[in-house]
Amino acid sequence: MGVTLTVQPDAGRRRIEELLRQNEDRVLKRWLEITAAVSAGQADRDDTAARLPEIYQALRQSFTGEENLSDLHGLLAELSRSRARQGFSPAETANAVFGLKEALYEVVEDDGTPEALRGFIWFSKIIDDLGLFTFETYAAAREKIIIDQAEQLLELSTPVVKLWEGIVAVPLIGTLDSARTQVVMEKLLQALVETGSEHAVIDITGVPAVDTQVAQHLLKTVMAARLMGAECVISGIRPQIAHTIVTLGIEFGDIVTKASLADALAHALRRSGVEVAGSRRTRVALRTEEA
Amino acid sequence: MDRVPVLKLGDVLIVSIQVDLQDQGVLALQEDLADAVVATGARGVIIDITAVEIVDSFIGRMLATIASISRMLDAETVVVGMRPAVAITLVELGLSLGGVRTALNLEKGVALLNSSEDTQIAAAAR
Repeated sequence: MGVTLTVQPDAGRRRIEELLRQNEDRVLKRWLEITAAVSAGQADRDDTAARLPEIYQALRQSFTGEENLSDLHGLLAELSRSRARQGFSPAETANAVFGLKEALYEVVEDDGTPEALRGFIWFSKIIDDLGLFTFETYAAAREKIIIDQAEQLLELSTPVVKLWEGIVAVPLIGTLDSARTQVVMEKLLQALVETGSEHAVIDITGVPAVDTQVAQHLLKTVMAARLMGAECVISGIRPQIAHTIVTLGIEFGDIVTKASLADALAHALRRSGVEVAGSRRTRVALRTEEA
Repeated sequence: MDRVPVLKLGDVLIVSIQVDLQDQGVLALQEDLADAVVATGARGVIIDITAVEIVDSFIGRMLATIASISRMLDAETVVVGMRPAVAITLVELGLSLGGVRTALNLEKGVALLNSSEDTQIAAAAR
């Protein structure tokens, strides 16, 4: 059997091409039904239904020459990208392509000639390749979505806010890793230059855990700010975090640390020559020392 | 070879580094600056590195050396205008420029020198 396959692949191939041409409506209709059944409950059946005839035509074109394959690949990539965005599972996406195999098989069965059966094996291999291609595109599209979201998250999570003339603050929220610290550091230093601030408050109330690496990142940020001529205060250290830091033996050296953002602001105001009157828990009145 | 000019403003000497310095240039600058501090009796040296975009450990050492020389001659050194990228690089290189004071820009650098001179005078008068 295998020998005949390699000797006469063209006959089977021609037969399949013929069948695809003659039974176009029937195969297409069946394919649509199968695809719809696979992705039952999803809202965009119309979208896929519109794409399948195009793909069908492109597939037939692709038999005529290698250069036409890019058309087919383009259409399939579009299909899997849109499916990835709409939240289909990879299996559903690949099955949309594999459905064609099933649809054609019914035609081949009716035809019943040995050429058609041999050709079907060849055809099945092509569809498998296309299915894998769809899968790859799907995965790539998903990956891109994840990367985009991570970038957006990075932008969202690192605002630099101005608290007072000459005092800026960075409220850090979420886990700190090297990439995020790099962004925070750059943004903070840039803000120091732009606003001409000599005091910065790094608030780590929203940081769930501090390990040696996070502490190292914080220290680096403070050192960099110092090199530029600005002083940093680290605030928002929760009791557990203070405990962890001491247990780990991390030395913050001469860097000022405060329990709350309010304390850090009061410290920065004092350092920049603003006098804070009144006791801490009553209303705070402020005046600048000199105009 | 380009020599970095040393400008005098009152009691303060200002050096603005605008080019990528090579070893020879740095040595020349150190000599010029030491001469200028002695000749003018300056009490402060401001090194402006606003235009410096690329740093290595060599530049870091240069700044520390200039600060040491100036301190020997009783002048305080302030490095001003360091760019964020430069600061990050120096920290990554492990250079914290101990003993060198820093300020965001030239204006704040001058203010820093003036205020520290004020405190010195006030301390002496007491």
